[in-house]
Amino acid sequence: MGWQWFHRLGSPKWFYEKTSIWQPWLGFSALALLLVGVSWGLGFAPTDYKQGNSYRIIYIHVPASFLALAGYYTMAIAGAVGLIWRMKLSFMVMKAAAPIGAVLTFVSLCSGAIWGKPTWGTYWEWDARITSMLILFFLYLGVIALQHSYRNQEAADKTSAILSLVGTVNIPIIYKSVDWWYSLHQPATLKLSGPSSIDPSMAWPLITMILAFYVTYAWLLIDRTRLEILNRERKSRWVQAIMGLK
Amino acid sequence: MTDIRLPDSGFYEAFRRECLTAVRNRSELFNPLIFFLSIIMFVPLGVSPDANVLASIAPGMIWIVALLSVLLSLDKVFQSDYDDGCLEQMILSGQSMYLMVIAKVLAHWCFTGLLLTLLSPVLALMMALPSQAYGALLLSLFLGTGALSFIGAVGAALTVSLRRGGLLLSLIIIPLYVPVLIFGASCVRSAALGDPYSGQLAILAALWLLSVMLAPLAMVGGLKISLEN
Repeated sequence: MGWQWFHRLGSPKWFYEKTSIWQPWLGFSALALLLVGVSWGLGFAPTDYKQGNSYRIIYIHVPASFLALAGYYTMAIAGAVGLIWRMKLSFMVMKAAAPIGAVLTFVSLCSGAIWGKPTWGTYWEWDARITSMLILFFLYLGVIALQHSYRNQEAADKTSAILSLVGTVNIPIIYKSVDWWYSLHQPATLKLSGPSSIDPSMAWPLITMILAFYVTYAWLLIDRTRLEILNRERKSRWVQAIMGLK
Repeated sequence: MTDIRLPDSGFYEAFRRECLTAVRNRSELFNPLIFFLSIIMFVPLGVSPDANVLASIAPGMIWIVALLSVLLSLDKVFQSDYDDGCLEQMILSGQSMYLMVIAKVLAHWCFTGLLLTLLSPVLALMMALPSQAYGALLLSLFLGTGALSFIGAVGAALTVSLRRGGLLLSLIIIPLYVPVLIFGASCVRSAALGDPYSGQLAILAALWLLSVMLAPLAMVGGLKISLEN
């Protein structure tokens, strides 16, 4: 009995039906959190004494970078689950996660470059954190490219799952790069344990934005997974019934 | 006299077979080396023939070119065995696939990485690398190209069933090569400046060991999927 929920979770039909109920709620709370976070961060948080208003890009840059890394874990873990328990659904989650992660990494790189100009005086610097984020971007592109180069969906799923697992070796290096190689990029300012080096009046809107990005990510991921389910199961009876074809 | 034999794992036979195929296929044997030499020739022509300029970029350039020539030779590792059905026979033979792929990649490394390592002092001379860095260059290439072969063969195994997998192979493997390149080039650069370089060498050795242990698992997985496909 204990594992029943796990097996049911692996059924695309069950997942599709359950998430039809969750999706509007997730979408609504994502929108609400984003609105609160953006207006709090851009309108009400105090101006930084050194960077002026330019620091406000932190409210996009930091959450996007967080999710770019967490998104890689999501993709790799989904791939591993698919390889171990041979679940179709988790391969679909993996495929759906790759482009979202790539876009978030791109946003993180771009917002970092825009922030870098007024504060460091340069758009690009070959610093450890920036370079490793660029590598992360290429890791995502590799998984996407491999996924699209196979005609056979099953082979595409399994090979890109192996590739994303091999790539996880680089993720701790990216995560720790600012602490190991002390360079231009500042070390982490938000800490779970111990005092953070950012003032609470700026930290709370940031935490709100991070939460908002997490909820938005979940919403996007489920949305893309549902599309993938419809695409792959298009020949099955229940999908055709939903589409009104039969 | 008692006959002492190692447990028959097929490793030696597989390794011997790979080496024989490589030696007999002479037209492809020296391609990575010629590529290595000719790209190094481009650097003085394209950047500057000045010995000071060359010496300052030599560690990085030699390492980048070594990396590229390993990368270009990689799509051959499993290709012919996949095409003629030998890979299927290897899986069916009941021998450990883990050891088989290690034998294949080791043989590949002997004819690319090891030869590049042995050739590298000549190139270092042409690139005016300071003489105290020769030892570091040899050691770092010896360990580093081994890691490059093992990591890259994962990509070769994942793309073996695709018609034109070469460019895709480069795309998926280059991000994984970054740590090896960083520590390899920095090892030679430290040696050229007269600084200690044992730290970078230790990291290269660790990367090599890690790739020898873990990469064959991913390769076996990738090959099995390619054969089912």
